[in-house]
This record gives sequence, C-alpha cells and structure tokens, in this order.
Amino acid sequence: MYPSDFRYSKDHEWVKAEGDTATIGITDFAQKQLGDVVYVELPAVGATLDIHQTIGVVESVKAVSEVYSPLSGEVSAVNEELNNSPEILNRDPHGQGWIIRLRLKNKVDLDQLMTAADYEKFLEGLAS
Amino acid sequence: MSYISLSDQDKREMLARIGVSSLHDLFGCVPEEIRLKKELCLPPPLSEPELLGHFENIGRKNKESVHLSFLGAGAYCHYIPYIVDNLSSRGEYLSPYTPYQPEVSQGTLQVIFEYQTLICQLTGMEIANASMYEGASAAAEAVLMAWRLKGRPRILVAGSLHPQYRDVVRTYVKNLAIQIEELGTDEKGQVDLETLKQKIDGETSAVVCQSPNFLGVIENLDLLAGVAHEHGALVIFVVAEAASLGLLQSPGAAGADIVAGEAQSFGLPLSFGGPYLGFMACRKEFVRQFPGRIAGQTKDLEGKRGFVLTLSTREQFIRREKATSNICTNQAWCALRATIFLETLGSEGVREMAYQNIQKAKYALDSLTAIRGVRRKFAGPVFNEFVLEFEGGYKKVEDHLLSKGIIGGLALEPHYPRLKDCALFCVTEVHGKADIDRLASLVAEVKR
Amino acid sequence: MSREPLIFELSAATKKGFALPKLDVPEKTEALQGLAVRAGIPGFPQVSEVEVVRHFTRLSQANFCIDTSFYPLGSCTMKYNPKINEKVAAIPDFLGSHPYAPPELVQGNLEVLKTLEECLVEITGMDAFTLQPSAGAQGELVGMMLIRACLKERGDPRKIVLIPDSAHGTNPSSAHICGYRVREVKSNDRGTIDLDALARDMTEEVAALMVTNPNTLGVFESDILRIGEIVHAKGGLVYMDGANMNALVGKFRPGDMGVDIIHLNLHKTFSTPHGGGGPGSGPVGVKKQLEPLLPIPVVEKGKAGYSLDFSRPRSIGRVRSFYGSFLVELKALAYILTLGAAGLKEVAEIAVLNSNYIRKSLEGVYHLKYASPTLHECVFSDKFQKERGILNIDIAKRLIDYGLHPPTMSFPLIVPGALMIEPTETESRRDLDQFIGAMKAIAREAVETPELLKSAPHVSPVRRLDETAAARNPVLRWEEPKG
Repeated sequence: MYPSDFRYSKDHEWVKAEGDTATIGITDFAQKQLGDVVYVELPAVGATLDIHQTIGVVESVKAVSEVYSPLSGEVSAVNEELNNSPEILNRDPHGQGWIIRLRLKNKVDLDQLMTAADYEKFLEGLAS
Repeated sequence: MSYISLSDQDKREMLARIGVSSLHDLFGCVPEEIRLKKELCLPPPLSEPELLGHFENIGRKNKESVHLSFLGAGAYCHYIPYIVDNLSSRGEYLSPYTPYQPEVSQGTLQVIFEYQTLICQLTGMEIANASMYEGASAAAEAVLMAWRLKGRPRILVAGSLHPQYRDVVRTYVKNLAIQIEELGTDEKGQVDLETLKQKIDGETSAVVCQSPNFLGVIENLDLLAGVAHEHGALVIFVVAEAASLGLLQSPGAAGADIVAGEAQSFGLPLSFGGPYLGFMACRKEFVRQFPGRIAGQTKDLEGKRGFVLTLSTREQFIRREKATSNICTNQAWCALRATIFLETLGSEGVREMAYQNIQKAKYALDSLTAIRGVRRKFAGPVFNEFVLEFEGGYKKVEDHLLSKGIIGGLALEPHYPRLKDCALFCVTEVHGKADIDRLASLVAEVKR
Repeated sequence: MSREPLIFELSAATKKGFALPKLDVPEKTEALQGLAVRAGIPGFPQVSEVEVVRHFTRLSQANFCIDTSFYPLGSCTMKYNPKINEKVAAIPDFLGSHPYAPPELVQGNLEVLKTLEECLVEITGMDAFTLQPSAGAQGELVGMMLIRACLKERGDPRKIVLIPDSAHGTNPSSAHICGYRVREVKSNDRGTIDLDALARDMTEEVAALMVTNPNTLGVFESDILRIGEIVHAKGGLVYMDGANMNALVGKFRPGDMGVDIIHLNLHKTFSTPHGGGGPGSGPVGVKKQLEPLLPIPVVEKGKAGYSLDFSRPRSIGRVRSFYGSFLVELKALAYILTLGAAGLKEVAEIAVLNSNYIRKSLEGVYHLKYASPTLHECVFSDKFQKERGILNIDIAKRLIDYGLHPPTMSFPLIVPGALMIEPTETESRRDLDQFIGAMKAIAREAVETPELLKSAPHVSPVRRLDETAAARNPVLRWEEPKG
C-alpha cells in the first residue's frame, strides 16, 4: 500500500527523493482522516523551507490540517492542479496528489524519515 | 412565574431513575465552600401583567418619544413596512439556533443566501457574509482583514469616519503590530486628497473612508481608490447610512476592495443603539481571509437545490486561534429583517426612499441656511445629513428646540473640537414638510 | 414541500411591494447635482407584498425551532424564549429611542441598563459589568483586552493564555486577536483540568487561564478554588467562559470561585432568542480591580438620575458603537424579573435534573468517555456505533427523521465523535422520553439497518446536503442568468 521507494514522516507526509529534488505529499492515512479535500493552500515557488516549517494547509469541509516540510530546501514547483481539483489529493495521494517539489538542502536528513515498513508499523501503533 | 414543564411526580420519578433521593444530590461535585447559603438578593418575581406594567412605567421615563428628532450620526429613522415585524416575529425565525444542521434550517439558510446577494448588489461587490455585529466592529474586522492580506503595518483612516468606528478600530488593533494614522478633512468636508498622497506609501495595507461620511458629505470614492491602488494598498469603504446605497454610486463601482458598514436603516428600529446589523462584502479573491459566516448553494442527495453554511474552515470552531475572526453568534435575525425590508421595498422602493431623503434634506438645508446666522459648513455634496454652523453658538439653539419638543442635530464639538458652533442634522423620508418648517421657524426665533 | 424559489426568481420590473407617502417638499434637480448616481441595481428584486409574505412564511416552515422541537444542542442552552419578553421589547418608548438622544430624555433606557448590570452582579458575585459586547465571543475579546490592560499597568502584559483542550473554539481565537499565544492545558482522565499540568504550565509568562465551568463535558471543575490559587500565585488572572451558567445560576457564583473576569451569554442562560444566529449579547463581569478598565461609556446612577460616563482614562476603549444590544438586554432583564431568585435557582436544578435523566437513560446505549458526574449537559460519543461504520453525524441526521434537532457535534475536541446533549430546564418529561426513545431506536437501527442512518435524513425538506461541493465550488450569491 505504501510505496517502498518513499520515505515517511510522523506527521503523515511522504517524500520521494530523486537526486537533489524531493517530491512531497500527504499519505493515504492523512487524506482519509481529513475526508473530502476542498482546498489546498500552496507556498510560493522559490520559498525556502526548514524542517518542520509549514508548507501549507489542506482543508476539508470540517477540518484543517497543516502540512509540515519533512526536509529543508527551496520550493522548485507546486502542484497547480490542486487549485482546480483538490479532490485529486483524495483520489491519488501518493501520485497525482503531490503537493510540492523541493530542491534539497541536506540530503542526509532523508535518513531521519521512516521507511514504508516503519510507517506501516507506526500506523498500527496509532490504531491501538 | 416559571417555565418548567415537569410536574412534581415527574421530578420524583426522574430522580428515582437517576438513583438519587433529591435534587441536592445532583450537585455533590460542587465543593461546600462555593455553595450559596441563601437565595440571591433579587426583586420578587413578577407575573406577566405586572411585568408589562413595570416596563411600561420605565418606558414612560423616556421623554424622548414626545419629541420630533433630527438626529442621525450612525442611527437612522426610516419607515419599516409592517410585514417586517409580522414575518420576523414568527417563532420559526426567532427561536432556532445557528443553521449547523442545514437539512432542518433551509428557511434560515435561504434567507442568509438572499441577504448576501442583496448586500452584494447594493455594494457592487462579489461576495458578502451573513452579518457582523454592527458597523463599527465590521469596520474594525475589515481593517484586520486587510492587514492579514497585505501584511503591511500602516492603516490610513479618514478623520471623517464615524468617531465611534474610529475608536473601535483603535481598540481592535491595539494589541497587534498595526499603526493607525488619520487623514484630515478639507474645506469641502471630504478626505484631503493631498494629505493622502503624502502619507500613503508601500507600508500601507489599506485606506479606510466612509461615504456619506460622519459630516454628511459624500466622498470622491473613485479618486481615493485610485491613489490607494497606485501604492498597492487595499481600499475599505465604510457605509453607515445604508439607505444611501439605494441611489448613490456603489462603493464597488468606485473601486472598493472591502466594504463594511451598518445596515440598521434596512428595517431595524432605532432601539437605543442595538441590536444593529453590521455588513461586510469583498472581492471574490479575498474569500479565504473573509471573516464571518457565509451561506453557499449546493445540492442534496436527490439533486434538489439547498443551502449550507460553507467555507467554515476560516472560522473559530475549526481554525481556532488561526481563524479569520472569533465571531460565532452574529446578527442573523436582524439580517432577516433587512432581507424582508429590502425585498418588500424592491429596487424601486429603495431608490425612491433614497430620493426622498435627498430631496427632504435639500429642502431642510435650504430653509435653514436662509436664516441669518445659519451657514452650511461644508460645500461637498450630501445625502440626508449636513453640518450647519450657528453664529453665536449652537447650545442656545439646541436648548430652544428641546424646550419646544424638538431634538435638533447632534452637537459636533464633543467629537470635533474645531467644529465648535456646529451641529449635524439628519432628515429622512419620515420627516414631513410641516416638521421641517417647524424646525426652521424655531431656529429662526433664536437671537443671534 | 417543493423547493421554494429564490426571491430573485420571482422578480419583475413592474411589481410593487410597498408604497411610500408622496414627496411633500418641492422637488429640486439641484439636489442631485454633483452626486454620482447609480443607474439601477442590477438583479435587485421587485415583487409584490403577497409574494414576500408567502415567501417568508413558507421558508419559515422549513426550519426546526424551539417552538416546535426539542433542541438539545450542548453548550447552546436552547431553552424556551418567553413570548412576553418580545412584547416588552416592542414598547414604543424603547423601540423608537435614538442612541444619541440627550441622557435626560432617555432615563428609562439607562435605568434598564443599570438594573440589568446590578442583577448580573448579584447573580455572578462579580463587582461590575459592561453590557457592551454584542455576543459571547466579543465578550471574550473584551475579557482578554481587560487582562492585557491590567497586566500592562502592572508592568508586563505577558505572552501566553492557557486554555483547556476541551474549550470552545472562540476561546483560543479571542486570545489570539488580543496578541496572545495559546497554550493548551491537558485534561485528566476525569475530563477536568489536570492540576499537575496546570502547575507546570502556569509560569510568569502566562497572563491568564480561560476556564469554562462546568466545562464543555458538563463536568464541574471541582478543583476550581485550587486552580485559581495556582494561577493567582504566579500573578495571572482567571477568565471564566460563562456559556454554561445555566448549571450554576441562583445556586453558585463565579465570583466565589476565584474568577476575576467572566462573560455571560444572554442568548443562552437568560432566554433571549437565538434568532437563527443572533443577535446575542455577551456582558462581561469583573472584580473591583478591573472595573476602571471597562469599556466606555459606563452607566452611572446618581442623585440627579442616570448618566453616561465617558471620562475613564484607564478604560480599554470602545468595542462597538453605542451601548450594546439594548433590546436583547431588555429581554434578559424581563426574564430575570419574571423568575426572581427562586426561579433562577430552579432553572439550574431542573436543567441538571433533565440532563442527568437523559444521561442515565442512555448510559450503555452510547459510549460515555468520562465517568465523572455531569451537571446540565453530557457528552456521549459514537464509539460503539463506529465499530459498524456509523458516525455521530449519521446518528444526528437520523434524529431529524424523529422530529428532533441533533445535539452539538463539533466539540469538545477531546471526545472524538461527540454528541453533546443539553436539554435545558424547559423541556417536559414527554419530550425528554421521546428523545431517549429516539436515541435508543437509532442505536438499534445502527446495528440492524445502518443504511437508514447513512442516508438520513429522509423526511426533511431537503435530504443530506453536499457540503463538500459547496466548499469546493462556492456559490455564495444568486447571479443574474447571462444572455
């Protein structure tokens, strides 16, 4: 269920690293918790983010969730599609529902994040 | 008198079901030291006839009702069609809560949707909210909204914005990183454009001005908006006399980004200042920073049109400390009255009401300025209020009028020390020609 | 009932809804000189009086309201709104009164305001009240401003306000507007403020603790005196959200609980109508030390009568135009004078009786997160039903089919899937039993016929509405059809 080439944060963000760039989104667990997404607040391209700084906000009808950056870097792209069709986040959270791309500052920070197996174990822990 | 619906037997049986022997036992969790040892010291309870008599007596201590009044200044006396009272007094409108369960609140929600539409139409803006408390706090919320949008510390506020609105704006921004600066008024009674051009800069989030302003003068809104936008600042136009929107150019057409104000003129009695009806409207692009409740249109499971409160993630119960405002309960029932009022009068009615205000005010202005020693203070165009300056002072005019059963205009010195001998007079469609003639003849009697 | 058209859909240019008296002064074209006049108001309705009457009468029939239904919204105190108070508020001497009229001509109004203040002082045990705030949330804002001003005078306004994790959303929102950061205080397993957590969190950076008592679970903060001591020892103030005053009125006073500032909701405890979302009134009461900071003007009673005092140099300023929601305050005073001390005491007693009756009857049927005794409201959750995929919202929508308004669901956040039930004291046994019966039936349906709940409501004027679509593609006004 959770792609093995991704890394995951405790705040339910996923990271797909390719060279110096990371694509970031929220996990299937997170989108389920939120319910139907109605709006995504995206950062500006060029903005710099530190670890755990707010990337933006995902809103459903009755809830709001901040999305935190699992890594530091500079925003190189944002998923404009989410402006017109926020429901993509629910439909395909790990693929077309990506939120931003980050030009990484410290690749080594990736090691702090969980593997898919660790994340699934983490989710089991939450359920109990 | 009590409104309890339980019989003694009910109480006994209910206590038994709960498993306690007396009501006293239900309060065991409250520490002994806090319990009141005796009953509160309040007046003995009144029956309905006594209650009514009691308040009618208190009402009689208001001597104002025997007077003809020419007061305005943010609270306006207009006709209210009887059906406004009749329809709004229905229990189905008075007694429900906020429409959080939309399926059983379509009455309230559709009214809000219609109200929002009417406010948009009148102000010439794209979206409006379900109401704010009243004009002053609506203006303050508009300032906060502009600040959130722009992030710049300075707000330029016209000195001719209602003094109470300016006070409230200052109170609201006091604990935030916002600086309020006032713009002076020129001899025509309008915002001094030159001062605005000097003071505005790239650190200004918004320019705030009222039209018709507190001095009764209609501003050159287009010019003001132009200057503000040149510097990237937002334009907030405030309307305290909503009846003016029936005929005057809309703030939206003049370039407003946010419009805030008071809609008491639409179907709410003077009622000593409250409850009134704040309104706010803005450009669509600002919707996520817009405070207040908003109703939106949608469909139900069967495809039927319905209405819901929407975009709730801006609000306190979801966004909590990051909310666009802390407002929860607003003025829904007052908005209902305004909606009935506006839909009853219709576009012809609101236009004619505004027209009559202008004509009657002109008649009064001409009659009064024809009196020696009475002068129109500001040359700028007016709607239904104007400032007169009285040679020899206003106090004796005011006193003479009171002695003859008339409340004249509002003395302005307490609000603007430089307007020492001046007063703000308001004339609406409720004033007859005879009333205005009587005012003029009494003013003429006062020795100067 | 078929869908009621929007008024704009009924509009036609030549209809007439109201006749103004003819203009009786000479018409002068110069009157419009120099004015930017609008050509018209595009799309603005023009309909007949009959159409307006039918429209609003039919729309009203689509509303649940206290006059027809049980309305157990937790923390909202949906009690009966006495009709006689509407008549009091319609007395012409009050209705036609201009707020700028000279004080000598409005002594009746000032007497109403001052008398209400005095009653609220007596009821709450505080020392002074301001009636200016227009609603509870504005009262909270005033409270926060008073705290800030008070501490600033002492030399340090401080930075943080402590708020329990069970609090209503207006609490943190109001604190934030006042420039404070919010820190959450954890509740213990009894649902009350954890004293150890509070003692740790209460530092000299903290300006105040905002407490609701009884809290949003309906549980009385029995340690309130100790809570006050902890806060005061570090120089902070205790603010009480008085939304739940219905459990205390006539029997206990916040002023005796170490509370420094409190706001009340006249449209809750004091029976003024909710009106579909206001107008309300949120008076704020303070202890003596804070009285000079109250908003201006203040109503004073002197030998020569009542007057308005504007010269209060330490005041926080003005928070709204004029004096407050005067007619709402008038209705609240009428209510207090109708009930008297004994009547108010009975309000709290029966409010608590009714709530505990419901609680006892539904224990075991729905999950109760906290075992603590509750007063005027109780909070169940959907935990049992969730195992079968039924959520609180489904239970709520199904209640509508039983002719009952759902309870509050959006808070407290510490109870996921909450059903906050507050019957109030004006409900009859029959209405309470009907509610209990419906809740039990729904619990059975959740097991036997869950689809019925998922697709509820079935008998309301509209079926379940798509709130997602409303938020994704907002349509916030009617637009004239193009072309």
